[in-house]
Amino acid sequence: MTDGHDHDGDPSDDRTPGVPRLGRDEQPAVYGPDYDDAAERPVDPVSRADCPTEAAGEPVADGGESAGGAPSGLQADGGTAATGGDDLDPANYDAVDVFDGGALDLRDGSDSCYKCTSCDTSCPVAEVDDSFPGPKFQGPEQWRLKRKEDHDIDASITDCSNCMRCDDACPSSVPLSQMHNEARGEFVAEQMAKLSTEYVRNRILSNYRFFAAIASKTPRLANFVTGLGVTKWVGEKLLGITSEREFPDFAQQTFREWWRDRGGARVENPDERVAYFHGCYSNYNTPEVGKAMVRVYESFGYEVMVPPQKCSGTPMFANGMLDDARRHAETNVESLVAAIGDGADIIASCTSCSLSLRQEYPELFDLHGIDDVAEHTFEALEYLRIHEDIDAALADADVDERAFAYHAPCHARNQGLARQAIEAFDAVEDVTVEDVGDSCSGISGTYGWKAEKYDYSMEIGAEMFEHMEAAEGEVGMTECPTCAMQMEHGTGYEVQHPLQLLEAALVD
Amino acid sequence: MAITSDVIVVGGGLAGVTAALSAAGAGVDVRLISHKQSTLAQASGLVDALGYVPHVRADAGEDPTATPTAGRTGVRDRPDPEGPLPDPFAAIDRLPADHPYRLVGADALREGLALFDETVPGYRGAHTDRNALLPTFGGTVKPTARYPDAAAAGLASDDRPMLVVGFRSLSGFDARQVADHLDAAGVPFPVAGAEVAFPAAFRDDAKVTRFARALDHDEPVGGTPARRALTETVKPHLDAVEAGAERVGFPAFLGDDAAPEVRADVADRLGADVFEIPMGPPSLPGLRLVDRLYEALDEAGVRYETGVPVVGRDLAGGGDATGRVERLRVDRKGTAVPYAADAVVLATGGLVGKGIDSDRDGVREPVLGCHVPQPEERYEWYVDDAFGDQPYARFGVRADDELRPLGPDGGVQYPNVHVAGATLGGADVAREKSASGVSLATGLVAGRTAAAEVTQ
Repeated sequence: MTDGHDHDGDPSDDRTPGVPRLGRDEQPAVYGPDYDDAAERPVDPVSRADCPTEAAGEPVADGGESAGGAPSGLQADGGTAATGGDDLDPANYDAVDVFDGGALDLRDGSDSCYKCTSCDTSCPVAEVDDSFPGPKFQGPEQWRLKRKEDHDIDASITDCSNCMRCDDACPSSVPLSQMHNEARGEFVAEQMAKLSTEYVRNRILSNYRFFAAIASKTPRLANFVTGLGVTKWVGEKLLGITSEREFPDFAQQTFREWWRDRGGARVENPDERVAYFHGCYSNYNTPEVGKAMVRVYESFGYEVMVPPQKCSGTPMFANGMLDDARRHAETNVESLVAAIGDGADIIASCTSCSLSLRQEYPELFDLHGIDDVAEHTFEALEYLRIHEDIDAALADADVDERAFAYHAPCHARNQGLARQAIEAFDAVEDVTVEDVGDSCSGISGTYGWKAEKYDYSMEIGAEMFEHMEAAEGEVGMTECPTCAMQMEHGTGYEVQHPLQLLEAALVD
Repeated sequence: MAITSDVIVVGGGLAGVTAALSAAGAGVDVRLISHKQSTLAQASGLVDALGYVPHVRADAGEDPTATPTAGRTGVRDRPDPEGPLPDPFAAIDRLPADHPYRLVGADALREGLALFDETVPGYRGAHTDRNALLPTFGGTVKPTARYPDAAAAGLASDDRPMLVVGFRSLSGFDARQVADHLDAAGVPFPVAGAEVAFPAAFRDDAKVTRFARALDHDEPVGGTPARRALTETVKPHLDAVEAGAERVGFPAFLGDDAAPEVRADVADRLGADVFEIPMGPPSLPGLRLVDRLYEALDEAGVRYETGVPVVGRDLAGGGDATGRVERLRVDRKGTAVPYAADAVVLATGGLVGKGIDSDRDGVREPVLGCHVPQPEERYEWYVDDAFGDQPYARFGVRADDELRPLGPDGGVQYPNVHVAGATLGGADVAREKSASGVSLATGLVAGRTAAAEVTQ
């Protein structure tokens, strides 16, 4: 009666590694109707991973993205099998019913709320935006309201930045961000005018990958154009994208181009494989982070795979574009399940990407193998700390004296990773990494890019800017690409990823 | 390779933080992991030790599994508890023998409070063994051992006339009710309550944290700086109390980061002492206390992480007779990550904090699976008298005097685990007003014995 470990005997725990459990799609629905499209899909994970894609053709922007060096089980193209069609053209979007008549039953979560308002206290938006009613209203209260007919989703749901700090704050494990994501998805699908500037703008911001892929074809031209005053002026006036920020520069060579030119992996090791989920930003904007990942992992003897992949969906969740997110998730899950089948664990360098794979995917989508993807996903430094004696390696490292002002992204915080960089680099002589506090940076992906949110974004970030200035280091450090943008924007500091310091410390 | 520490403390409340500081003070490497942000942030910020010795059913004595109870205790039969106690230390011997205080002794409570005093600046009460009496937002008077500076001017033993101010938008705090209750409790001073409108255009359901921030920054509200606007609204009511208020109690929202400055400024403008009455959540005194405690963890070199629940444990040698916990498995969004340690402190909270869990089939300690004694029959978990001696209130893990958990046979279940705070059974902390003291005393001992395990 007092043994809390009866789940240890669950036979489903004794699975062959790499063979996914049945998705919820393939099991009898617990709560009501499930997705219609699920039944039509093949369910055998092995044949699914090996079968050629049903895509009509290779997507234009993915043409250069061959997965050189990846084990044979992986598809060489962008892997659009699940939806079919050329999904880079918004006109060809293949809409999927994500929430079939409200099939997600969040009653338990709603009932668990005892109104302590810890979520509201933790909400960085509610702190600066008096018109925002806070996560408790957006979550359990709105969920209950919606049980009655004729209640629209309150428009304030679009003011939530999806930092997800409320999840971590709730002592009762109410799935707040899941409720917000569901409500926002419903609001955007049913109540938002599809021709409104806001919708178009949010769609553009969400589909950053689409535009980045095009811009990266001609990075110099793209950087020139985005740097023009007129571009920013048009962005603000026409689309409501703030002109206060500098658009991020596109790299001359994407990470995937570099990977291909390099000839893929330089270490072969079937026993220790990792599949790198680089995300959009490391690919198009900061390939040095991706290169650092590869070099650091290879120095520990890992075979790195770079499977086909799309956007993790983070900006899409934050803007309620759940159809877009699901389509990308289908590709990601399919190719990552295949990588797991090849013996790999999944490594992300962006903490929003890893959180998306670990939490939002299983919460919001029913896809084959989705729980396996969540279970096998790790942040880059996290994985090394679990599997290698990183403290000893770092203690022996010889690096020039340097100091960093480190900011833990909200999405790292949510994975219990807020302190890991501080802890790991504590071992390195001559290196100081100082935590600039537990506030949100304020940009929250696309939030701080919206003209009407820019001031709030900077107000939220003010504490972080102050603490950065007060810290010894003149270089910033964070895992999140948009937090890095905000840190740079607020202080003028150059900002690095922990992997870059790892590379400097551990790779000759 | 697991993430390795000498001591892992599971739980981020007062007991967990105290255990971590106590172990770190002994020179070992400590890691604190907490499932969620500390719920201490919801607490009043008052640190009680022992306010009452409640009556315990004679037939129950030290045995929570004693039966039968259902329907046997009527309100009319309930004897008054002994208290409020002037001296918490002197009453410890009158508690049941398996009470956590009896396991660790009055000296552990003294040392726990001393550690708290060293750690948290801005608290009072250390000058005496005696309890202070503080007004609560229900209008009762609570015996407490330590209290924040912000509450000091509200002491019920002080005979200066008191005004309690409430705000229309703060529906959880009724100033006139607070004043009436205090009066009915026989406090030795005249007291009156006044309800005013907060002079600002905040949203109707604005949280106290919003008011606190406005006062911190002295934000202009309706053209007037917040602190001046607040005092001008309150000033006309100072005479509502007989002889004129010499001290004014506010719901606890007088600033967050700049609280002492806000309080001094408001007092200066009112020409009266100012104090805060702790509220329900969000509780600024609780939030401030958490901030101080986590700063102290940082200074002591304790590593901590939140947002990660412990979901399992591996025993040494695959579960041989020693029962030593070798590794904890910590869930990071679906991935179980191993954490190794020589000793573990379990301070996950009680029935409210979910460190003790229950359903129709029984009561469990869900993290390590420690034994929780309980009546077989679910109807014996409680008595009909809501405020009576409820067996469930004392449910929890039983421990030896080193706070190691005891199994069903009475032997030590996990020799390198030490249990602290509300996870321990045997105390009815709500009726005793002893929750903080139990956490401090047992946290201190659990941290110390865990550290001793390592250095051996």
